[in-house]
Amino acid sequence: MSYKVYEINEDLLDVMPQEIKDLQFKATWGNPKRGVMDLPYSKELIEEHSLCAGCPESMALRYILASLPNPEDTIIVNSTGCTSLVFPHIALHTVHSLFGNQNAVASGIKRVLEWRFPDKVKDVVVLAGDGATVDIGLDCTLQSFFRQEKITTICFDNEVYANTGGQESGLTVKGHVFKMAPKGKQWDKVPFWQIAIDSGCHYVARLTVSSPKRVETVIKKAIYVAREVGPTYVHLYTPCILEIGLNSDDGLDEMRQRDKERFSFFEYMSEPAKEVIERKKEEGLL
Amino acid sequence: MQTVTETVVYNRAGQRVVSPDYLLFEAPRTKHFMTGSEAVKEAVKRSSVDASVSYPITPQSEAAHLIGELWVEGYVGVYFRGESEFGVMSELAGCAMAGARAITTTSGPGTLRAMENFPMWAGTRIPVQLVLMARGVNSPLSIQPDNLEVSFLLDTGCMIWYAENAQDLFDMIIAGFVVAEQPDVHVPVITAVDGFFVSHTREAVMLPPDDIALPPYNPYKAPMPVIDAEVPPGRFLRDPFVMKSNYISYATHASWQWEVRSAIERSRPYAKHYLRGLTEEFGDPTAELLFVACGTAAAQSKEAVRLLEEEGIKARVLKLKTIRPFPVEELRQAVKGAKYIFVPEFNVVGWLEREVRRYLYGVCDAEVIGAPRVAGGMTMPPEFIVKEVMKLTGKEVKHVL
Repeated sequence: MSYKVYEINEDLLDVMPQEIKDLQFKATWGNPKRGVMDLPYSKELIEEHSLCAGCPESMALRYILASLPNPEDTIIVNSTGCTSLVFPHIALHTVHSLFGNQNAVASGIKRVLEWRFPDKVKDVVVLAGDGATVDIGLDCTLQSFFRQEKITTICFDNEVYANTGGQESGLTVKGHVFKMAPKGKQWDKVPFWQIAIDSGCHYVARLTVSSPKRVETVIKKAIYVAREVGPTYVHLYTPCILEIGLNSDDGLDEMRQRDKERFSFFEYMSEPAKEVIERKKEEGLL
Repeated sequence: MQTVTETVVYNRAGQRVVSPDYLLFEAPRTKHFMTGSEAVKEAVKRSSVDASVSYPITPQSEAAHLIGELWVEGYVGVYFRGESEFGVMSELAGCAMAGARAITTTSGPGTLRAMENFPMWAGTRIPVQLVLMARGVNSPLSIQPDNLEVSFLLDTGCMIWYAENAQDLFDMIIAGFVVAEQPDVHVPVITAVDGFFVSHTREAVMLPPDDIALPPYNPYKAPMPVIDAEVPPGRFLRDPFVMKSNYISYATHASWQWEVRSAIERSRPYAKHYLRGLTEEFGDPTAELLFVACGTAAAQSKEAVRLLEEEGIKARVLKLKTIRPFPVEELRQAVKGAKYIFVPEFNVVGWLEREVRRYLYGVCDAEVIGAPRVAGGMTMPPEFIVKEVMKLTGKEVKHVL
């Protein structure tokens, strides 16, 4: 397409709310070099989200949306949970279907878009929480990796079912006490970044969202590799400050602390992925 | 001299695009001998299908294999095997959201595995088609014909049609796309048949030529924005309405559900046209003995009517082609003059009897008898139906429901 589909009908300009007008006049569509540095000056793609004040997930969403190299042709598939509260507030094509089927829906969308628009680049990005990605949706997530679907899967790992009130998830750390694990979790956190590598992902990264610039680089790499090679996976720590008893201004410190331990930056790329990343660097897109 | 210019349009497979009316009613047909599964292939071949996702389960696997062959031959755009029926129905939803005409097949346990997807399909307003080859559900394990699963689907917001034989199935699959894709309908259609009885038996099927096909699906006529980034995003749509706990969100969700049901109601005139009526009548229209049935039970009832004729008993059959929308007026019209209404079924719960009773309540004095009823793979020989009727007319055995 062109980002012109997002343009406002001239006759309606005078009655449109300012934030909608900004989406057209202060947007960063059509520029693959867009990134988190645009955030203070451009119109963001997310408006008045309903996440808690200071929620690191909202930071992650802003950085990701600012970093998409091709927002005008990007479809986002999300799932049930805190992330599903946000998607009605972003200015892109998004799908919420069921809890845990996000990678299946994304597979169908990607394959049909490739078939309908063979000459266009259409990126399909899955954004879902740890419960959706690794527990209820594990089957669909892994199978999309096995099938080498050309989609980017981003997991917002807050190590808990936050939206339903704080229950243990497969990504909760062993010993942590949450609802449904009143004696503390009995088994280890699932090392899903490793499983993603073993399951055929060509680019995998694990990080917190403490560094916006790093999030941008990782997201761009993941999307460029998915476009050309196959599935990519990004594992982001976005702590639920509410459920771990922190204040709304503690999120960043929490992530910086975890940067030094279980969420220390980790990156994997297959040989074909390296080739794409090197080429994109030469083109000045990374 | 007057020149008439006719533009010939071809689909991606190179078939000449014709109108649904021409394909279904006017094109010359030739006789072929084939199974129900093969009839599915022939219908898909003429339907300009964009996408199909498959998963093995008896008895629908063969139909799914054959759609795969069509993909190899270039008649279907996207085809792959999903991970489970839950995954398949979600993948198919993704295909349809991205603007594809999409079809899949399943049976029994697969239907139940996929269950969460069906109301999602309807609520997403995608006109996908599911060919349901009914089979028993577990437990205990059964792979035999039994249509209990249809009762679970009745209130999912999908249209449900029921084919009697391979010919019906062929025509219904083509008509299914046409009706489901009407902009004022645009809900999924489930075309059901009885597994094995139809999927695995060969019969004569009249087919139009295979170098013509339905016009391709135009997703830009859909009442919902297609998720292809070619149109402005409808980001408030296809998102759950539970975002806010307030009366407007509750009312939105409620009215959305009502709208899905209204869409099914709006399919009536289209279905009447493309199916040549929501029902079909067989036998002596003056008979007081009426069988109301769908699928194989309707076929067997027709045979029973012939046997009863030999006994000197007049009987008739009202075959229901659609279950959702339910042919209420057609049923009420047909029961005029009937004294005994038998509802023969291939399941233990008698879901069709419940439907018949519901729509006849207060408008008909005839006795509704939920019999005969077989399940778990049992067949329903016409003699068995006759025996059931003789219990009543012979007054030898008091009928027990």
